Amino acid sequence: MTTIAAGARLPVARRSVVEREHYLNESVGVRSWLLTTDHKRIGILFLIAITFFFVAGGIAALLMRINLLTPNGYIVDPETYNRLFSMHGIMMVWFFLIPSIPAVLGNFVVPMMIGARDLAFPRLNLLSWYIFVLGGLFTLADVVMGGVDTGWTFYTPFSSTYSNSAVVLAIVGVFISGFSSILTGLNFIVTIHKMRAPGMTWFRLPLFIWSMYTTAVILVLASPVIAITLVLVALERLFHIGIFDPRFGGDPLLFQHLFWFYSHPAVYIMVLPAMGVVSELVACFSRKRVFGYKFVAFASISIGVLGFLVWGHHMFVSGQAIYASVVFSFLSYVVAVPSAIKVFNWTMTMRKGHVHFATPMLYAYGFIGLFTIGGLTGLFLAALGLDAHVHDTYFVIAHFHFIMVGGSVMAYLGGIHYWWPKISGKLYPEMWGRISAVLIFAGFNLTFLPQFILGYLGMPRRFPHYPPEFQALNVMSTAGASILGLGYLLPLLYLAWSARYAQNAPPNPWGATGLEWQTESPPPTHNFEVTPVVTEEPYDYGEIEGAYA
Amino acid sequence: MPDAHLAQQFDDPAQQREAAKLGMWVFLMSEILFFGGMFTAYITYRVDHPIAWVIASHHLDFWLGTTDTALLLISSLTMALAVHSAQEGSRWVTALFLTLTMILGLLFLGIKFFEYAKHYGEGLFPGFNFTYKGPYQREIFLFMSFYFTMTGWHAIHMIVGLGLLSGMLAITLAGKFSKAWHNPIVITGLYWHFVDIVWIFLYPCFYLVNTR
Amino acid sequence: MVAVIPMVAAGIPLFPPSASSVSWRVDRLFFGLCAFSVIVVGIVFFGNLYFAIRYRNGSHADRSNQIHDSTPIEWTWTIITAIVFFGYFVWGLQPYFDDFRPPADAMNIYVVGRQWMWKIEHPDGRREINQLHVPVGQSIQLNLISQDVIHSFGVPAFRLKRDVLPGRYETVWFRPTKPGTYHLFCDQYCGAFHSDMAGQIVVMDGARYQQWLSQVRTSTPMAREGSELFRRHGCVECHKPGGRGPELSGLPGRLVHLSDGSVLIADDDYIRESILAPGTKLVAGYPPIMPTFQGQLSEMQISELIAYIKSLGIEEQEVRPQ
Repeated sequence: MTTIAAGARLPVARRSVVEREHYLNESVGVRSWLLTTDHKRIGILFLIAITFFFVAGGIAALLMRINLLTPNGYIVDPETYNRLFSMHGIMMVWFFLIPSIPAVLGNFVVPMMIGARDLAFPRLNLLSWYIFVLGGLFTLADVVMGGVDTGWTFYTPFSSTYSNSAVVLAIVGVFISGFSSILTGLNFIVTIHKMRAPGMTWFRLPLFIWSMYTTAVILVLASPVIAITLVLVALERLFHIGIFDPRFGGDPLLFQHLFWFYSHPAVYIMVLPAMGVVSELVACFSRKRVFGYKFVAFASISIGVLGFLVWGHHMFVSGQAIYASVVFSFLSYVVAVPSAIKVFNWTMTMRKGHVHFATPMLYAYGFIGLFTIGGLTGLFLAALGLDAHVHDTYFVIAHFHFIMVGGSVMAYLGGIHYWWPKISGKLYPEMWGRISAVLIFAGFNLTFLPQFILGYLGMPRRFPHYPPEFQALNVMSTAGASILGLGYLLPLLYLAWSARYAQNAPPNPWGATGLEWQTESPPPTHNFEVTPVVTEEPYDYGEIEGAYA
Repeated sequence: MPDAHLAQQFDDPAQQREAAKLGMWVFLMSEILFFGGMFTAYITYRVDHPIAWVIASHHLDFWLGTTDTALLLISSLTMALAVHSAQEGSRWVTALFLTLTMILGLLFLGIKFFEYAKHYGEGLFPGFNFTYKGPYQREIFLFMSFYFTMTGWHAIHMIVGLGLLSGMLAITLAGKFSKAWHNPIVITGLYWHFVDIVWIFLYPCFYLVNTR
Repeated sequence: MVAVIPMVAAGIPLFPPSASSVSWRVDRLFFGLCAFSVIVVGIVFFGNLYFAIRYRNGSHADRSNQIHDSTPIEWTWTIITAIVFFGYFVWGLQPYFDDFRPPADAMNIYVVGRQWMWKIEHPDGRREINQLHVPVGQSIQLNLISQDVIHSFGVPAFRLKRDVLPGRYETVWFRPTKPGTYHLFCDQYCGAFHSDMAGQIVVMDGARYQQWLSQVRTSTPMAREGSELFRRHGCVECHKPGGRGPELSGLPGRLVHLSDGSVLIADDDYIRESILAPGTKLVAGYPPIMPTFQGQLSEMQISELIAYIKSLGIEEQEVRPQ
């Protein structure tokens, strides 16, 4: 594998992008995009779609936080608030987080990283996008019909019998989006198994691929369960079949088991790809191979496997058998170990490296810090004796936002910035990148740290009204949310600006290793004219004083 | 010589074949989890209501269910034979076995349709016409709900399978398959066998519930 | 956490009151985990900061002999982490188990949750809505059931929470140790006015509790209400000595043989199910002739019937606050 020597000052491409043919300009027009089978274009289609839902879900969040400025609801009535948090959860989980890194960055980067011309099933890839959009349309229709008010967790019998909102429509939207996930996962598994370039053995794969592979397996195995579970809720709602409502002879806890059997692995769908991105960023911006490569790779696999065994930790006070809870608590501590290992490994990677503080690295640091805090608070929740107090409070909300937003979203943004030159052929403005990263980090902490305190004080989740003594902490959190919102707005603006007006990017602006950096920026449609042959280990930075332009 | 069937993302036909097969296996794994959710719920309630389940099972027609099972097992045989003759490159024999498989599948669905209509007439169709009154009414309602939901999803998968088979038949009759290129039939065979196996689990769950 | 000092000064609450016999144990575990977290965050933060500064691009630190992996280091920090985590797992067990073992002298309070209020009944028949007055030092067992969707009975000051399910009883117990008024929250989203389904637990010392007892209108004890229901709905017609139904005296906790050959121990859920769906768990040797009372009795009335059945065959005891 030829690498551009780390440190070489690469000439900034002076040729205009129009002269050279690449995947963005090889055909023009809406049809060429809507009927594309190029994984890179499909990645961009997903980018557009999920950004839309990120904004929609984010607006819902801002409205929620504004409402929480006063104890009695500042701007909306409780019923509207309930719909806001439900739509926020549904859109953020299924229409932003789950597809984000896999369907945007994964689609774009995975084939190139392994030396392939495309994914194994390009048409299925496009189908996956259309299915995603269809599911999204149903969800938007649900918003138009007033939104669903069950929470993204659809607990029965409220969702199956008592709710007066558009439950079935929301279920249809989520059900459909599940198939998008399954197809993406299927594509990645087959691609990684069958289409690696010659010489690309499993242990020469970048760690991003290990993470994406594990994620893909979870996507394939877990998504069907939420699909059928929601179908059963819809059937209960329509026909009162008696599966989840005790009034008809059903067991509401059965729903919770089925729901969390999917939804816990789902959170690993959200965090494993982020960890994969962080491995790439830390290696590149320390100019050093990730410490303990094999341990990190196996940690990914163990997180994926163990993640299927801990779902009952969402049900410690739900009426679950005591001894089941004991087992789930134990396994929850076990699954935390490989995550901790990864953090140690990333930290050790920087030792004796050459650390650069480019925007992607700032996001990687953000991930490491915030994921560590989020993960540690998971230990609090896994403790049986403590969970009874903090279950269903803002402590839980803070915990999962630290991981999903402080972790996954930061890693996603880090990855977007890192691969932006490859995706768009342009260099984003570095100063604005750093400002946004810092703003997001600050806003995030101000938003969610007070929520840990609120949670331990006992403020429950999903509360449009709260006792007056909680107001100060809520106001702090809302202030943070405004800063966070501003922080997210900036990349939206400058990345869009850069796509048109910024300086062209060279093939390897970061001097990174990895097959995706051996192509032009942007790459040609078929990535590689000749299938590369891999002869070296990944992250082969060597002991060179490294610098890039 | 460029292979007309080789998709541009693959380096050689063998890679394409193996990728397609692995893809179908991975998809079938997801299908196992899909049906698995339903089976989990079914088992939960069967353990809770063993007597009601026996009584409810007696409302199903044992012989129709058994005939269905026989039809599907034979259709798996004809499917396997279709794959085999495709591997041999025999156009007409392949078409014959594909057709037989489809006929058996259609017969299966025909019987299912007949059964569904019968249960509707008997007032055992939850949500549309359920008039059963007697002991364990609620549990029988639940059993029948599982019956229609699970065999219904199975039937939907069968219909998809029939669609795949007709596609394969059309391509076979057009002479496009050969010894060198017949992978889609292999993949379709995998799918069809899977749908058959699901039925093999559904059959005892609904038709063979007996007391010890 | 520099922000803490001005927040405390401003009167912003940072920690919930500690008012039950187990609060301190939960808090101890919490602070134990906090200590561990501070250490880990410290290590990670300072580790990253140190490496970032020392090995920043352009610095002249010694970068020879780079290590890219070390199996001993990996196993060391894996095992240490696993051991510490296991320690916290074990630490968390005792409080959880104790939650499920109420003391024998616990006073039974019956709670019915419904959209969007808590209906509470004391054994002496006193009823409260969204409020529960209890004497300090008295163990209380809550018997919880919902009339509709899943709710959750949460009292932060007691570090207590239990989901309240429809169709099934859940119990949780506590012993309040400090007089005061504490938040009661519904902790499981239950619809439009979920956040208004809040109330207070009022813990009173002996004298004030007696005063409250005398002020509140006395009402019929639950067991007596239950016996009235038992008569009014005709239960006594079959469930009497020599009658067509089984004897109910001493039923709670007794082994029951069912017609399908299985055996169970009669608990509140079994009694409730026998009232609402009598054919489901039929007692061996009895004909399936008991009608269902589904729709004729409220959840609280069922609780009163259960209280009555529990009182059969034992001396009536008046609960005396300590």
